[in-house]
Amino acid sequence: MRRWVLVVTLVVCARAQTQPDAGVGRKIFESQCALCHGQTGGGGRGPSLTRPKLSRAPDDAALRTLISNGSGDMPGAWQLHADEVVSVAAYVRSLGALPPEVIPGDPVRGAQRYAASGCAGCHIVDGRGEGFGPELSAVGARRSAAFLRQTILKPASTLPDDFQYISATPASGAAIRGVRVNEDSFTIQLRDANGRYHSFRKSELTSLRRLERQTPMPVYEGRVTGADLDDLVAYLASLKGKP
Amino acid sequence: MTRLPILLLLTSSAWGQVAYDRIVHASSEPASWLTYSGNYQGHRFSPLSEVTAANVARLRVKWAYQTDSRAEVSPIVADGVMYVSGPNTAAALDIRTGRELWTWKRTIPKDYQNIGFGRVNRGPAILGDEIFVATLDCYLVALDAKSGRERWSVKVEDYRPGYSMTLAPLAIRDKVLVGVSGGETGIRGFVDAYDAKTGRRAWRFYTVPGPGEPGHETWPGDSWKTGGGSTWVTGSYDPETNLVYWGIGNPGPDWNPDSRRGDNLYTCSLVALDGDTGKLKWHFQFTPNDSHDWDSTHVPVLFEADIRGARRKVVAIANRNAFYYVLDRSSGEFLAGKPYAKQTWAKGLDDRGRPIVIPDTEPTEAGKLVWPNLNGATVWFSPSYSPREGLLYVATREIASIYFKRKAEYKPGTFFAGGGEADPPGGAESGAIRALVATTGEIRWEFKMHTAPWAGVLSTAGGLVFSGSNEGNFFALDAKTGKPLWDFQTGGRIAANPISFSIDGKQCIAIAAGQVLYVFSL
Repeated sequence: MRRWVLVVTLVVCARAQTQPDAGVGRKIFESQCALCHGQTGGGGRGPSLTRPKLSRAPDDAALRTLISNGSGDMPGAWQLHADEVVSVAAYVRSLGALPPEVIPGDPVRGAQRYAASGCAGCHIVDGRGEGFGPELSAVGARRSAAFLRQTILKPASTLPDDFQYISATPASGAAIRGVRVNEDSFTIQLRDANGRYHSFRKSELTSLRRLERQTPMPVYEGRVTGADLDDLVAYLASLKGKP
Repeated sequence: MTRLPILLLLTSSAWGQVAYDRIVHASSEPASWLTYSGNYQGHRFSPLSEVTAANVARLRVKWAYQTDSRAEVSPIVADGVMYVSGPNTAAALDIRTGRELWTWKRTIPKDYQNIGFGRVNRGPAILGDEIFVATLDCYLVALDAKSGRERWSVKVEDYRPGYSMTLAPLAIRDKVLVGVSGGETGIRGFVDAYDAKTGRRAWRFYTVPGPGEPGHETWPGDSWKTGGGSTWVTGSYDPETNLVYWGIGNPGPDWNPDSRRGDNLYTCSLVALDGDTGKLKWHFQFTPNDSHDWDSTHVPVLFEADIRGARRKVVAIANRNAFYYVLDRSSGEFLAGKPYAKQTWAKGLDDRGRPIVIPDTEPTEAGKLVWPNLNGATVWFSPSYSPREGLLYVATREIASIYFKRKAEYKPGTFFAGGGEADPPGGAESGAIRALVATTGEIRWEFKMHTAPWAGVLSTAGGLVFSGSNEGNFFALDAKTGKPLWDFQTGGRIAANPISFSIDGKQCIAIAAGQVLYVFSL
């Protein structure tokens, strides 16, 4: 039912004529947006907002719509009153005047480091690589550089809410490990490290383990360091997808 | 061509004549499904017993019918014809094949807005030779059951300030009853009854009392005028006493009670109304001064049982607020109640059934985490009561919300909610079909589900319980133990109530999923 409420919020927002109050917007931002975008808008799981142009919100109307409705990973804030949305949007715009996130490192050298580290064995960038892990073609537009660094060093610390790494043991054989791609009350579908899909009826498994805070992505802490790490982060942060 | 087999089928009874007495005795003709819940008592129980635990694994699709939009219909089946409805649409289908016999459509006005709910319809009603459909733009329409031609239509209320209808009407004796949606637009809710033959309004019961009426004192100032109290789920009926039982929705604005401190009668209540006059016989309020959008709009379930040594006629409700209640249905006296799902807003119920509310559980500006979420531990989709097992089966949601309070301004035809909700971070949700001992609410068994369900339950004399999941599973459980016996992937989210009937003596089960209505048989 919430889907319908969102539609309504949109209509309400479009009609809003209230003067924005960035102070009100900041208070709401810090309590409801900062979890992903950082306390001062510097980014985290969500992108940094300290930039004059926001790719998914080219103008103020689009920004207000994005705040109300959400998009992709971002939940809509339909609980906000129309003038609160206007104020949050004004505050987000004011963040654009802040200095952008500092990203040390050289993206060109980072691309070489990416290739040398075997990342393409699991990730696709611009159509090249293997698709076991998440596609990274636009990861720089979705995540902050600090978040990317953290993910490289300790991948299990930044897993999305709906990510599950599963060990399933069919009665007929050995355990299969894979990333959950779908699940319902009776069945589960996994993709293993070779990209092969497995479908099981849960009632036919001798064990179904959800491997909490585990991921097939290797830990690179201690393996990629110093300037190499800066370069790799700079490369990933530069991946903004197709314009 | 499709009419020929039907005419053959019906040589023994007058086609399309569903007299009131047939609905009263619906349980004695289980080949049909004559009213929303299968019988007036709200049981959604089929006396058919051909499909059992031993053979349900062989259940297969007999036919499917595609619709133009999300299907939430609970069909009516009478005399070889299935009647279905959608948002401002209806159709008669040949029950052997699902082929259309007639269709009807009413244009949805361009300026119609559905505020706080989907563009759906949950079913038609039948009485005599008429099919009744409640429309989104708030008209009640009577169609000739044989042809689908309009007999009459009546404007129930103006849709522009936010009144709408998605429910299946309830046809009793010579009247058709409807209720309205609009609890998020500051409506003043009501239950209406219309003369089945003429469409003339027989009575209206306002769910928010006006000045001078009992209960008005529970609304400060003018707050009653925008008090909500929608009535968007079909009620139940006791033909012996001519009492109608109807659930009432949330007060408005939903999440900000500051302007309406008080109990806010009769929101979040069950009311018992005289079928002839609409006069209030009694009320029972589940959630006084609600601030979490916990409409009490459920199908009331009527049955008789021995309670503390005495035979009682009772009405039971598994409420959106996560408590299960058993009330005496002639007086509204509270007999038993307890939580059937996780809740964090009340310590329990006092000896009159009023909740002992935990302080600081109202929505706040910063957000307050409370179980259950705004859609509740269960909501509009139907429970099922099996007289064989003495169990009440309820699709149960285990889910929390962060509730926000915001300012609320009333403007006709706009969202008047005073806040909202968000999913808790990492928000774990789950669900279950739970079997409750009908007289006490004690949980006898549960079947765990992947996510919080949005579909109703059917139980059968074959010892089975049917329901559906968000992920498209339609499934059968053992009515005594909850053991899963059969499941089918429908390919669409299930947000509808199952029914059962028979075709040429073979038991069928029907469920809407996504935009498809499926009929299964052995």
